[in-house]
Amino acid sequence: MSDLQDYTSRLSDPTSRKMGTFSYLPPMTGDQIRKQVDWIVKHGWNPAIEHTEPQFATSTYWYMWKLPMFGESDVDAILAELKACHEANPDNHVRLIGYDNFTQSQGANMVVYRGVPV
Amino acid sequence: MNAPDRKKYDAGVKDYRSTYWEPDYTLRETDVLAVFKVIPQAGVSREEAAAAVAAESSTGTWTTVWTDLLTDLDHYKGRAYRIEDVPGHDEAFYAFIAYPADLFEEGSVVNVFTSLVGNVFGFKAVRSLRLEDVRFPIWFVKTCFGPPHGINVERDKMDKYGRPLLGCTIKPKLGLSAKNYGRAVYECLRGGLDFTKDDENVNSQPFMRWRDRFDFCQEAIGKSERETGERKGHYMNVTAPTVEEMFRRAEYAKEIGTPIIMSDYITLGWAAHNSLSRWCRDNGMLLHVHRAMHAVIDRNPNHGINFRVLAKLLRLLGGDHLHSGTVVGKLEGDRAATLGWIDLLRDRFVAEDRSRGIFFDQDWGSMPGVFPVASGGIHVWHMPALVAIFGDDSVLQFGGGTLGHPWGNAAGAAANRVALEACVQARNEGRPLEREGKDILLRAAEHSPELKIAMETWKEIRFEFDTVDKLDLQHR
Repeated sequence: MSDLQDYTSRLSDPTSRKMGTFSYLPPMTGDQIRKQVDWIVKHGWNPAIEHTEPQFATSTYWYMWKLPMFGESDVDAILAELKACHEANPDNHVRLIGYDNFTQSQGANMVVYRGVPV
Repeated sequence: MNAPDRKKYDAGVKDYRSTYWEPDYTLRETDVLAVFKVIPQAGVSREEAAAAVAAESSTGTWTTVWTDLLTDLDHYKGRAYRIEDVPGHDEAFYAFIAYPADLFEEGSVVNVFTSLVGNVFGFKAVRSLRLEDVRFPIWFVKTCFGPPHGINVERDKMDKYGRPLLGCTIKPKLGLSAKNYGRAVYECLRGGLDFTKDDENVNSQPFMRWRDRFDFCQEAIGKSERETGERKGHYMNVTAPTVEEMFRRAEYAKEIGTPIIMSDYITLGWAAHNSLSRWCRDNGMLLHVHRAMHAVIDRNPNHGINFRVLAKLLRLLGGDHLHSGTVVGKLEGDRAATLGWIDLLRDRFVAEDRSRGIFFDQDWGSMPGVFPVASGGIHVWHMPALVAIFGDDSVLQFGGGTLGHPWGNAAGAAANRVALEACVQARNEGRPLEREGKDILLRAAEHSPELKIAMETWKEIRFEFDTVDKLDLQHR
C-alpha cells in the first residue's frame, strides 16, 4: 500500500475548494493569462470581470467590476482592468468572462487571481 | 372554372411508379424529406422500388381501392422524386422521398416514424432498406417540444463554462449495494468530475432498489459540492417498467433536490420519453439520455435507421445529453459521420454535407441544442483528441478511465480533470492538440501525480478495430 497516495481533499480545508475551469491547474503566469485574453478577443466575445469574497464563491452572482467591456479588443486594456480589480480587492477571487452574445452564454470563464482561502 | 381531372375506379394492381414516382416534382418547404438506401429484389427496377417505398410509407396499399377516389390522393401521397447511386455499391441506390405536411400529426415524432419506417421495412419488393436521413420542416420542428433545457441553460444551471463537462459511469454496472455505489459516486465527484452516471440497465434490481440508490447518491453529491465548492450531479436513471413508475422515481429525484435524471429513450419508448422530457422542463430537471439498443437499429449499413436520424428525433423528443459515440474509444463510430450528427445535435442550422453523411439542410429554428456524450473505452491519453473532435459543448465520460486508476476514483477523476483543463488551456493558447497532445499531457503531469500514474497505467491501450458502419463514400 505504500506506493498508493491519499487524495487530500477535505471539507475542513478551504484550499480544497475549486473554482471552475483551470482551477485544477497551477495559477496562470502573466504570459498564460495574456493568451487566454487573446482567445476571448479572437472570438469576438465581450470580456467582463467579476470578483467575490472566497467564502461566497458558490453563489451565481459575483460582484461585477464595472461593466462588461463591450467591443474591447485591446488585450493590454483588459489585462489592466484585471489588475485594477485585483488591486482593489486583493483577498478576493477575480474571474475573467468572455460573453458570447450569440449563444447568450459564456464562451470562457476562468479565475485569474485566486483569493485567500477561508 | 377549370374542370378537374375526372378519375374513374379501375380495380386491380397497378405499378407503383405510375402514381408514386415523380422526378419532376417541385419540393415544398413544408415537405418532410427522407432518403432511403434501397436494395431492390431482383427484377424490380429502381424507379418501381423507390415508388413502392414512397407508397408504402405514405398513402398506398398493394391494390387500388375505391375509397382512394373519395379523397385527393395527390395532396396526401408521398413521392419518390430522385434516385442516386450509392458510392461503392453495385446493388444499392438512394431513393429520395417527399411527404406532404398533412400526412403527419403536429409535434408527433411517433407518428412520423410510424409512417416512415412502419410497414415498409418488411415490404417484399425490397431486399433491404435503410433510412439514412430525414429533413424535418420548420413547422414540424416548431410543433415538437425539444430539449427540456439545452446546452446553454445547463451551463448556467451547473455553472460550467469554457470546457467540455466531465462524467463517469459507475462500475461494475450491476451488483453493488446502494451504499457502496454511493461511495463510488462520492469519490468521483470529490476528485473533480462534474457528473457520475447510472448505467443504462441500472433500474431497480433486487441488489439495489432505486430509492436507496437515489438517497445515497444525493448524499454523495451534497458532500462533494460542499467539499469542492463546485456543482455536481449524478444521472439518476428513472427508466422503469411502467410510465407511472417512471414518474414516481422522477418525482422523488426532484423531491431530494437532485439536478439531473436519465432515461433510455429507445427501450423506454418514444411517447414515454417525450412525456418525461416535458416533465423535466416543467420541473427544472436536466435530462441525460442513453441510446441502449440503438446498434440493433443503426449498425447494419444496408438495413435499419442511420444513427443520425435517431439523433435528430431525440433532439425533437427532448433530452439535454445524448450518447453519440466517441470516435476514439471501444465503440463503433466513423469520425466524419459522428461529427455530422454531433452538429445535428448542437447547431441551429446544419447544411447538407455528403462528406459527413448529411443529405439535407436542417433548420432547427429556436430549438435548444443537446450535449453529445462521448462515453466508452476512453482514458486520459484520448483527451487531446476528444477535446479537438468534440469541442467545448460535449460531455466526456471516462468509466474505466476513472474507476480503474491505481489510487482509486478520486485520483482517477483528478487525473481526468487535470488532463482536460490542460488540453483546453493549450487549445486556447493556439496549440494543435492532436499533434502536441503527448507533450501537453506530460507537462500537466509534472504537477499532478494522479495524472502521471494514469498515463503510466493506460499508455499501451489502443482500440483499432475496423468500423462496420462506415460512410458509403468510404466503402471499399
